Amino acid sequence: MSTPSAAVRGPAAGTVREITLAQAIREALAEEMRRDPRVFILGEDVAEAGTPFKVLSGLVDEFGPQRVIDTPISEAGFVGIAVGAAMTGMRPVVDIMFGDFLTLAMDQIVNQAAKVHYMSGGKLRVPLVVRTTLGATRRSAAQHSQSLHAWFAHVPGLKVAVPSTPYDAKGLLKTAIRDDNPVLFFEDKMMYQVKGPVPEEEYTIPFGVADVKRPGRDVTLVATSSMVYVALEAAELLEQDGISAEVVDPRTIFPLDVETLVRSARKTGRVVVVDEGHRRYGVTAELAATIAEEAFYDLEAPVRRVGALDVPVPFSPVLEDQTVPTPQQVASVARELCGRN
Amino acid sequence: MHPPVAVNRAELPEEVQDVSAADWLRMYRLMATIRAFEEQVNELYLSRRMPGLAHLYIGQEAVAVGVCEALRPEDTITSTHRGHGHCLAKGARVDRMFCELLGKAEGYCRGKGGSMHIADPDSGNLGANAIVGGSTGIATGAALSAKMRGTDQVSVCFFGEGALGQGLLYEVMNMASLWKLPVVYVCENNLYNEYTHYRETTAGDILARPRAFGIPAEEVDGQDVRQVLAAARRAVARARRGDGPSFLLCNTYRYFGHHVGDVDRSYYRRREEEEAWKAQRDPLKLLRDWMITAGLAAPEDFEAAERAAREEVAQGVAYALQAPYPDPSEVTQHVYA
Repeated sequence: MSTPSAAVRGPAAGTVREITLAQAIREALAEEMRRDPRVFILGEDVAEAGTPFKVLSGLVDEFGPQRVIDTPISEAGFVGIAVGAAMTGMRPVVDIMFGDFLTLAMDQIVNQAAKVHYMSGGKLRVPLVVRTTLGATRRSAAQHSQSLHAWFAHVPGLKVAVPSTPYDAKGLLKTAIRDDNPVLFFEDKMMYQVKGPVPEEEYTIPFGVADVKRPGRDVTLVATSSMVYVALEAAELLEQDGISAEVVDPRTIFPLDVETLVRSARKTGRVVVVDEGHRRYGVTAELAATIAEEAFYDLEAPVRRVGALDVPVPFSPVLEDQTVPTPQQVASVARELCGRN
Repeated sequence: MHPPVAVNRAELPEEVQDVSAADWLRMYRLMATIRAFEEQVNELYLSRRMPGLAHLYIGQEAVAVGVCEALRPEDTITSTHRGHGHCLAKGARVDRMFCELLGKAEGYCRGKGGSMHIADPDSGNLGANAIVGGSTGIATGAALSAKMRGTDQVSVCFFGEGALGQGLLYEVMNMASLWKLPVVYVCENNLYNEYTHYRETTAGDILARPRAFGIPAEEVDGQDVRQVLAAARRAVARARRGDGPSFLLCNTYRYFGHHVGDVDRSYYRRREEEEAWKAQRDPLKLLRDWMITAGLAAPEDFEAAERAAREEVAQGVAYALQAPYPDPSEVTQHVYA
């Protein structure tokens, strides 16, 4: 399933710039739209507004309103339209402004897009990308802050990408657009201004290939999306205590690079899984169970999980900040695993 | 065959005055095939040879046949849980339809879809849908795709009046009108949302709903294939010209229950009502009576058509009954492309 992660780890040689994650997303879309006339964008405020997060700014100037299409506020409707367009020769990239609004389009994603290929005995395809956001701490309360990516990873027929860096976001989005299956592409709305190295040269990143963001010996921190930064900070804290933490980013939660996760778990013998979805029945549960099943006899301690608090995301900062995993929390759990608390 | 006779033009809508007697007879044959097919499906269910259930199209044949007659092979349709008639009218084969209904490998979906999910892209059928109103987005998206790809393909969206309760329909009609998409919304009002009369579920004037979006809408006698074809030709021509969507409200009736197992229907409709539709408003009978009266065909032409339809169905089901099931290993195929 996977290739060695070193092969796709970092930017290749050549000209490398520091750009934001938002720019990386925009570049991926622009390059794919130049390469393939079937690719188009559909969503609310995607054209002149460039979305509230300004991720798409300028695309309508290059590609015109025929390929960067503003829709009414009708998530089910325009996702359904995108499914039909994808089935008939186009490659739509739909923009769902806030991941919370995916709930409005669930039938079209889960009952239609995910199942068309299978139900038709392989005759129809749905090359559709649904770009959307996850992540709390923007003081946006319960209906603009959820991280619902686990729901979609549960549904056979869908693929789910959760990039953490500008480099990964660009390479994975280009792969998503070229994939013949429906892909849910989750961007943490708090990461759009995060900068990172991205080469000028064209590249793609295959799905199902995890990336070791930081090598370590004593404990593995498996983390997704913005939780990768939380895990990297936790690793710094642990370093001060003499604990060497390895940070592994699955990059796509389906397909999942089980091999890389298990290899790291076997090496360190201790694993903490960190994800911003709710802890119960979530990504952390699936990854922890997978690692426990595959690496049980090499583990020194039970796999531990850190997820979002199981409450609707509250508004008040003093309340909201308690709901999201922190570096201190992750480091504390890791120390416990290492017998250092 | 009958001798070529000039059609009595005065009785026909303008859009169908060029249709030959042979073509009307071909449509009759197709309606007879759909009816014989559905009767056979019911028999398969009653004799416990078919897994699951099916929703019979008998009584509504003129809608599928009249609308699809207005289409080209490359035009697309989406269908519903009551979709066998749409599939056959758009060009599906009887034997492969039965294979799918019986879960056989040669079925249109290799046995993965069954009665409610038959898709046949080769004949322009983007699939039946078991979610009421679920394919309205797909049909509208196919129209957007046709427009973006610069073809003059038309997309037809078949749905029952039950789908009038789904918000998705109004979302996509809004966009279809805004973007002048080449889509025809065909609402088949067979009077019952499953087991409930549509008057209990549907407020106001149905035609006012599409008209509110600026979509031309008309009511059609869905039992009269001549009227259906005429209305469909008007709507399809408008779509092909680039003038945007239309809405056809086809009044019709399903003779059987919501599905094959819905046998005792006395709690939601009277037997007299069913008998009246069959006696007075049967789509095959209406076409046959008109053609005989107009001197376009003789009674034996219709007997021959029905015989041929029954024979095609008998051969198709016999083939499907002995056809092999898919290899069990296929269960994990086609999850991803």
